[in-house]
Amino acid sequence: MVTEHEVKHIAELADVGIHKEELETFTHQFNAILEYFDTLDLVRGVPAAEDGLVNILREDEIEPSLTQEEVLRNAPAREDGFIKAPRVM
Amino acid sequence: MAGHTLTFEPADPYHAFLTTCSRPEHGHGPLAGVPIAVKDNISTKGIETTCASKILKGYIPPYDAHVVTLLRKAGAAIAGKTNMDEFGMGTTTENSAFGPTLNPCDTGRVPGGSSGGSAAAIAGGMVRMALGTDTGGSIRCPAAFCGIAGLKPTYGRVSRYGLIAYANSLEQIGSMGKTVSDVATLMGVIAGHDRRDSTSVDRPFAHTPKGEIKGLRIGIPEEYFGPGVDPEVATVVRKAIDRLVELGAVTVPCSIPSMQYALAAYYVTCTSEASSNLARFDGVRYGGPAPDTKKSWHEAYQDVRREGFGPEVRRRIMLGTFALSSGYYGKYYAKAQVARQNVKADFAHIFAGVDVIAGPTMPSIAFRLGEKSDPLSMYLADILTVPANLAGIPAISVPCGKVRGMPVGLQIMGKHFEDERVIDVAHAYEQAVI
Repeated sequence: MVTEHEVKHIAELADVGIHKEELETFTHQFNAILEYFDTLDLVRGVPAAEDGLVNILREDEIEPSLTQEEVLRNAPAREDGFIKAPRVM
Repeated sequence: MAGHTLTFEPADPYHAFLTTCSRPEHGHGPLAGVPIAVKDNISTKGIETTCASKILKGYIPPYDAHVVTLLRKAGAAIAGKTNMDEFGMGTTTENSAFGPTLNPCDTGRVPGGSSGGSAAAIAGGMVRMALGTDTGGSIRCPAAFCGIAGLKPTYGRVSRYGLIAYANSLEQIGSMGKTVSDVATLMGVIAGHDRRDSTSVDRPFAHTPKGEIKGLRIGIPEEYFGPGVDPEVATVVRKAIDRLVELGAVTVPCSIPSMQYALAAYYVTCTSEASSNLARFDGVRYGGPAPDTKKSWHEAYQDVRREGFGPEVRRRIMLGTFALSSGYYGKYYAKAQVARQNVKADFAHIFAGVDVIAGPTMPSIAFRLGEKSDPLSMYLADILTVPANLAGIPAISVPCGKVRGMPVGLQIMGKHFEDERVIDVAHAYEQAVI
């Protein structure tokens, strides 16, 4: 069982936020789903390595790509040819 | 290539489309002048692509998905973008931020999902073919509910470049059509290698459906006719399989023991992948509105994502975040991967003795609008479609009759890269009942 407090914490960790009025329903639904996930307790063992798979690598070559204007076109906040983002520090 | 235009102005009483292109260009080729509807999670240069989410409202992709490039090369006209469950998360198309699509067979019912708009556009007679995507049944479910045909190809056979990702290890772009022949024609255009998708395999599709199935061995898994499957649906599907037997096929009873935890494994895997994939939507580079740059990073992103994502998308991101968190990883994600290997092993075991596996596509007919308001009960409806995604095998749904006036789908699953064979079996059935 997860509590409302934990559900709020998960919402914060995932940066999705949660409305106060959603918290009770979300917690209830979350617990019902997690209870269903418990059927995985029937599964024994640890994941085996995939056989026969190898990394596929390519040369690091410069190719034509989008222009700065094309890249910026969908950004809702721009300044002097840059994308504006919230402060990190 | 382009140069000609056609007029595409359907009335759309079912809200199948989020965007229509009234004068789309088209060129020469196998699909010359054929209007094709494209699900709204597939990037189309210059045409708004929202994934039916508020967070991408107004987003105009600067490039085409590989499949859209191939459609244009084949002469097709991109007719518009179809409605869906937000980011593909749902089984009814009710999770669209822009309102649900209605089922053309009964407008009081859902068209299925998540590719509900594509299915309704075909069933409603607006287009003959459409692209959908299938992560856990999102092509086959709406195909079954709306009475059309839809193929989830073998994983890797169709490039995912330009598909806005939700759960990369499970999802495939596939073709939907009025008939199995339409599905095959469209598959012929979109399949093949693309170096921009690292999981793409060089297996083009050049196959005309054949109706000959004499001697074909069909596995009938008991779990597909067990508890939870509407007995009337099961009866209609059994009759369809009898028809295949009349055409010369042989049935072989079988069992998929891993079905007992396949659905849980699917939901743990897809929500985990979603929690990572959807981290990119923050309103900074695209979508929006722009985060408040005066607030701290986490606070600003939470504001954008709480308002921009619907409840089901936030629920799945949270479930995935939880399933991957330290202390729970072994209980959920690691177990889900073992379960997934067991599903693959069960299929390999069955396919050693049969050519295809058949059963219902969905355990019921289309739900009434609003009927599945509880998320878990909606998840449970995916039980018969998710095994093919976990194993990466091809699966098609073809209409096989009606229950209480609503269409029922017959699902045919095949071995890896035997998309041609599942198409042949579906075609044989379709030809026999016309």
